[in-house]
Amino acid sequence: MWALRVVIVCVAAIIVAAGAFFFLAWRSEIPEDASAAEATFAPELVGKGAQLAALGNCIACHTVPGKPAFSGGLGVPTPFGTIYSTNITPDRETGIGGWSEEAFQRAMNEGVDRRGSHLYPAFPYDHFTHVSAEDNRALYAFLMTRPAVKAEAPQNDLQFPLTYRPLLAAWKLAFFDRGELEPDTSQSEAWTRGRYLAEGLGHCGACHTPRNAFGAEDRDQYFGGGEAEGWQAYAINKDSKAPIPWDEQSLAFYLRNGWHEFHGVSRGPMTEVTGNLSGLPDSDIMAIATYVTSIMGDPTPERGQRAAQLREQFEGDYFEQAADSQSSPVSASGGSPGEAIYVAACASCHEGQRRQPFGGLNFDLSTAVNAPNPQNIVNVVLFGLPPADGEASAVMPAFRHLLSDQQVADVLTYMRERFSEEQPWAGLVELIANTRSGAHKVTIRPSDGIERAPHNVGAEEG
Amino acid sequence: MSISLTVNGSPHQVDVDPATPLLYVLRDDLALNGAKYGCGLGQCGSCTVVMDGEAVLSCMVPVMLVEGREITTIEGLGTIDEPGPLQQAFIELQAAQCGYCIPGMMMSAHALLRRKPRPSDAEIREALTTNLCRCGTHMRILAAIRRAGELMQAASLPEADEGRAG
Ligand code: FES
Ligand code: FES
Repeated sequence: MWALRVVIVCVAAIIVAAGAFFFLAWRSEIPEDASAAEATFAPELVGKGAQLAALGNCIACHTVPGKPAFSGGLGVPTPFGTIYSTNITPDRETGIGGWSEEAFQRAMNEGVDRRGSHLYPAFPYDHFTHVSAEDNRALYAFLMTRPAVKAEAPQNDLQFPLTYRPLLAAWKLAFFDRGELEPDTSQSEAWTRGRYLAEGLGHCGACHTPRNAFGAEDRDQYFGGGEAEGWQAYAINKDSKAPIPWDEQSLAFYLRNGWHEFHGVSRGPMTEVTGNLSGLPDSDIMAIATYVTSIMGDPTPERGQRAAQLREQFEGDYFEQAADSQSSPVSASGGSPGEAIYVAACASCHEGQRRQPFGGLNFDLSTAVNAPNPQNIVNVVLFGLPPADGEASAVMPAFRHLLSDQQVADVLTYMRERFSEEQPWAGLVELIANTRSGAHKVTIRPSDGIERAPHNVGAEEG
Repeated sequence: MSISLTVNGSPHQVDVDPATPLLYVLRDDLALNGAKYGCGLGQCGSCTVVMDGEAVLSCMVPVMLVEGREITTIEGLGTIDEPGPLQQAFIELQAAQCGYCIPGMMMSAHALLRRKPRPSDAEIREALTTNLCRCGTHMRILAAIRRAGELMQAASLPEADEGRAG
């Protein structure tokens, strides 16, 4: 009798818990809006939406290179499996053609699709939830006026139980702060605007903040450095390793132009970001720079001193001269195999007198050489920086056919020792081998951010 | 320092500073003037040669790194009397204007065709991204490379036969 009562109580508890969970997880379907795709919008609204979509870099995940813009299907690798981006063109069957604005607003706000299913946080709604209803309206207008493309995204490749979407409600409970950002009245208008752009659509933290075991951003290490498409997204908080610390001016210049003379050129997935930001007004770019540098804080006195020396060395007018590979500006002391290769193959550009973005960055200024993880510099040595189409751009030849894994490791070991005070990198040869073989997959983009393989996707397409 | 290298199937011994770019060794020491000097900075592609089957920019290759590796230059693709299929196709379609970029273009194409006898247009363009032509004969160059692919298939030449002359 007693046992039976326990069982009944347990079963009841389970039912109540399950009920509560379903209540929590349940989102209703928003009915299909048959005329949504035919709606017309004011051109200014669509134009504003285009800018916002560029800020959000929507095209990067929602387009397979070579396929029509925004038609989805790109595999986004996560530690939990591959998630395929959805078609966000206004096709009624396979895209968002049947979505009312309300459904779109809810997806951005809550990470729930029109039918009421929870979305995986590969779609960064933890950021997009901060976007204002007004901006979402413009984005909606922009997306609903793109050409409709019929394209079904492949099934996600996830392990059970992750395939069970109601579980995401629990994830959201633990890690998702819904809604607009709390106002901070102690800050300037520019800072507030910058935070809105960077934290919201810009979703900087999605790459630049490390993630915890559940794939959520670790807010305790805000902007502490993360990973994207086989590249390291550098720390952009107080742990930034830039030898000359970023300031508002240099960061704004970099975001505007994709390079800065003290920091070099953007590359990897960041080229898409800097490429896309070109649609934003200067004031917004400056606002982002204001906010992000406020997170970096003031450099320590030692960093400041070192930076002052470097500035003196690299600032101002100097006679710009293209060295060529016959005359290396430095000579080898015969110290190490890496030095010999560096002097013969790298120094002519990297210690030449040619300015950014066309000359090689002097490694005294390089964040890559000082980074805790050598992945980015390995990527660039092996795959180079391919030229952009039809415009002058930074170019670096790929060295993968020239240097063996050991030779690349030798060069990098030498460079780390010469240009950085940090500890030597461990495990270089293995990392290089895995990067070369593709076991560690790296996306290679030229400086205009348009991925090279298999075809170009123009950010303007569509 | 004495360095041994294999160019177009023949072994050579040169006595140079090990940091000397391969391009200079080819032109100055081996009198193989096909590969051209354009920029000396790895940006134009006119110095392209094939090393162990892959296109590399010889102005960026310190000769110390080529010990024991197989190098093919444009001279290895054929002779004036007996042009190889790539050369034949470039002549047939008159793909050269001034011709300065052409040896580099052909070597990039050679590496591509060895790997992929029937490349798509996109693949050809991709393989030639590091080769500039200031005369602007790009469309003919593309056509010539497609043609070379056909010629190779027709003759079913062993494309993988690195370093053969003729
Ligand atoms: S001369 Fe070698 S790339 Fe220009
Ligand atoms: S034919 Fe003159 S540079 Fe190409």
